Amino acid sequence: MAADIQASQSEIVHPLDHLIRTDRIPHIWCPGCGIGTVFSACLKAMISSRIDLEKTCMVSGIGCTGRAAGYLNLDSFHTTHGRAIPFATGLKLANPELNVIVFSGDGDLFAIGGNHFIHGARRNVDMTVICVNNFIYGMTGGQVGATTPVKAKTTTTPVGNPDAPFNLPLLAWASGANYVARWTMLHIRKLTACIEKALTRKGFSFIEVLAPCPTNYGRKNKENSLETLRLYRDKTIIKNNVDPSELDMDFEKGIILGEFVSRERPTCIENYDRTCRIP
Amino acid sequence: MTARSKNIKVITGNTAAAYAVLRCRPDVVSAYPITPQSELVEQLAKFHADGLLDCEYVAVEGENSAQNVACAAVMAGGRAFTATSSYGLVYMYDTMLQTSGYRAPLVMVNVNREPPGIHAVYSGQQDMICTRDSGWIQIVVENCQEILDTIIMSYRLAEDYDIQLPVMVNYDGYYLSFLAESVDIPEQEDVDRFLAPLKEQPQRMKLVAGAGTGCGSHGIGMGFVEYRKKHMAAMERSKELWDKIDQDFKNEFGRGYGGQIESYRCDDADIVLVATGSAVGTARTVIDAKREQGIKVGLVKLRFFRPFPVEKLCHILKGKKAIGVLDRSICFGWNCGPVFQEVCALTRHIGIMPMLSFIDGLANMDITKEHISGMVDEIYKASQNKPYQELTWLP
Repeated sequence: MAADIQASQSEIVHPLDHLIRTDRIPHIWCPGCGIGTVFSACLKAMISSRIDLEKTCMVSGIGCTGRAAGYLNLDSFHTTHGRAIPFATGLKLANPELNVIVFSGDGDLFAIGGNHFIHGARRNVDMTVICVNNFIYGMTGGQVGATTPVKAKTTTTPVGNPDAPFNLPLLAWASGANYVARWTMLHIRKLTACIEKALTRKGFSFIEVLAPCPTNYGRKNKENSLETLRLYRDKTIIKNNVDPSELDMDFEKGIILGEFVSRERPTCIENYDRTCRIP
Repeated sequence: MTARSKNIKVITGNTAAAYAVLRCRPDVVSAYPITPQSELVEQLAKFHADGLLDCEYVAVEGENSAQNVACAAVMAGGRAFTATSSYGLVYMYDTMLQTSGYRAPLVMVNVNREPPGIHAVYSGQQDMICTRDSGWIQIVVENCQEILDTIIMSYRLAEDYDIQLPVMVNYDGYYLSFLAESVDIPEQEDVDRFLAPLKEQPQRMKLVAGAGTGCGSHGIGMGFVEYRKKHMAAMERSKELWDKIDQDFKNEFGRGYGGQIESYRCDDADIVLVATGSAVGTARTVIDAKREQGIKVGLVKLRFFRPFPVEKLCHILKGKKAIGVLDRSICFGWNCGPVFQEVCALTRHIGIMPMLSFIDGLANMDITKEHISGMVDEIYKASQNKPYQELTWLP
C-alpha cells in the first residue's frame, strides 16, 4: 500500500512543470512569500492566452522577483540591476515577433531602474511589465526602497521611512502606458485574467501585484504573512477605471485594486515606422 | 602622546568599516545596499537612528545617485562617505570620474565582489580592477582591524591640502565583509586628534555661497592638460604622504601597516610572492613554513594599487631571482593577472627576471595554503633556471 502511494506520488506532475526549469527547484523564495503565486499566475496566463511560447521570453532584473526568469523554461534573461526594461526593449526592437515579459520587483523596476520604466511607458514599447511589489529590498536584507510606505521600518530606516512611496499606476498612466492594473497575490483569478489580457494587448502594459515579504518587511513591521493576506482581503476595494491619482498606497484608507487604464496609443514600433520609414 | 585604548569588540569587516566612519564624523552618508556591503550601510543607519552618528543619512535609489550625492556633499565643503561593491561600483563609474576630476576628497568603501559578466554573488577583485584608471587612490586591506584603521587614515590622505583626491578602500567580500574577528575600536577623542591636522591646513577648494564658483565647465586645450598634470602629480605625492600618515597612525594608536606596501621576510629572500587582500594572511603562514624548509622566500603585501608603489617595489624586488604575483582577478587582453602586468612594468627599472602570474580565488574559490605552497614551489623552480609556466590558473 505504502509502496503504491509512493509510486503514484512519483508520477505526480505539476501542470506547469513543463514551463519550469525543475532542476533549479527548490527555489529561493521564503515561506509566506508572494512571488511564487504571482509567477504561477503569470505562467497560467501565458498558457491560457495562447500566445506562441516558442516566441515568448522573460526578462528580470536583480532581486528576489528577479530570480523568476531563471526558473522559466523558455528564453529568459537575468539582467543587471534595474536594467530589465531597456534589455527587453532591445529584444522587442530586434525581433518584433517576440512576446516580451518583464517580471521583476519594485526595487529593481522603480528605484534603481525607475528611469527606464517611465521611458519604456513613454515610448509605449510593446511589452508586459509585471511588478511584484513587496515594499522593500528583499534579497539584500530589507532596506528602504522607492515603494516603502511612510513610517515603515526597514534596516536602513530603523525609526521609520520619512519619504513618500511612488503611486505606481499613476506613474505608469502619466508616462503613457497603454494598460495599467493593480492586484494582490490574493486576487489570483483576477490577476491571471489581467495578465492574459496584457499579454495579448499592444503597447506597454503594466500590472502591479502586492505581495508579502514576511522575512524582511513583515518581521520589521510586526506583520506576519497571514495578517498581510487579511489586509489584502479586508483593506482593499475593487474600483475599475478610477482616477489614478486616487491610487495612493494607504492601508488605513484602503487600497484600490482593478484595471485603471486601457487605451490604444500607437506603439513604439508603429510610431517609428510612421516617422522614420517613410515610403 | 600614544593612545592606549583597548575597546575590543568581535565584529565583522562591514561593522569595523561602520565604526571607522562613525569615528570620522562625516556630514553626509549616501547609502545604497548591495551584497556583500549591505550590513555596512545598515549599521550606519543604526548608528544614525541611535543618535551616535550626527550626519545626514540619505537612502538613495541607486549607486549612481550615491556617488553624486557624496561627491556634491564634499564639494559643498563637507565630509562624506559612501560604500558599494561590484555591480554598484561600475554603475557609479561615470560619477567616480567626475569625483576625481573635481578633486573631491571623498572616502568610499568597495567590498570586492565579481562584477557583471557572469552573474556571481561571490568575492573577487575584478570590480576594483575595472576602475583602476578612474583617478582614484585605491587601497586594498587584509583584515578587519586594517579596514577600520585604513578608513581613518584615508580621510587624512584624501582631505590633505596637497592631495585632494578621492580614496577607495577595498576589502574582500565574504572573506572580510562577514568575517568576525576582534577589532580594537579607537576612542573618539583619539581619532579627533589624529584628524585634527587637517583643520590647520589652508581651506580646500569648495563651493561657497555667493562666491560664484563654476565647476565642471569644459576644459579646453591646455587648461585640460594642466588639470590632468596636476591630478597626476597629486597622485604621485600621495605615496610619500601615505607612508607618513601610516607612521603617524602607528605613533598614535600603536598599529602600523608599512604604508604603501608591507614587506615580509624579503630582505634576504631570493624569490618573492606579491599578493593583496585577505589572501595575504594565508600567504604569510606558507612563507614561514617554506622558510623552515630552507627556501628563501619573501612576501610583499600590496596595499596601494593606485598609485602603484613603483619605488618601494623596485627597492624590494631588485636583484631577486624570480617573482610571482597572485591575482584575484584577470587582465583581459594580456593573458595574465592585472597586478602581475603592473609588476612586469617594473622590469625597466629592475631588469629582467622570471615572473610568474597566478590567478586564484575567483568567485569565492578559496586561496588555500596548498595553492600558495604550490606557487612558491613554481617560483623557486623558475629561480633555478628550470622551465616554468608564466600563467597558472588555480584551482
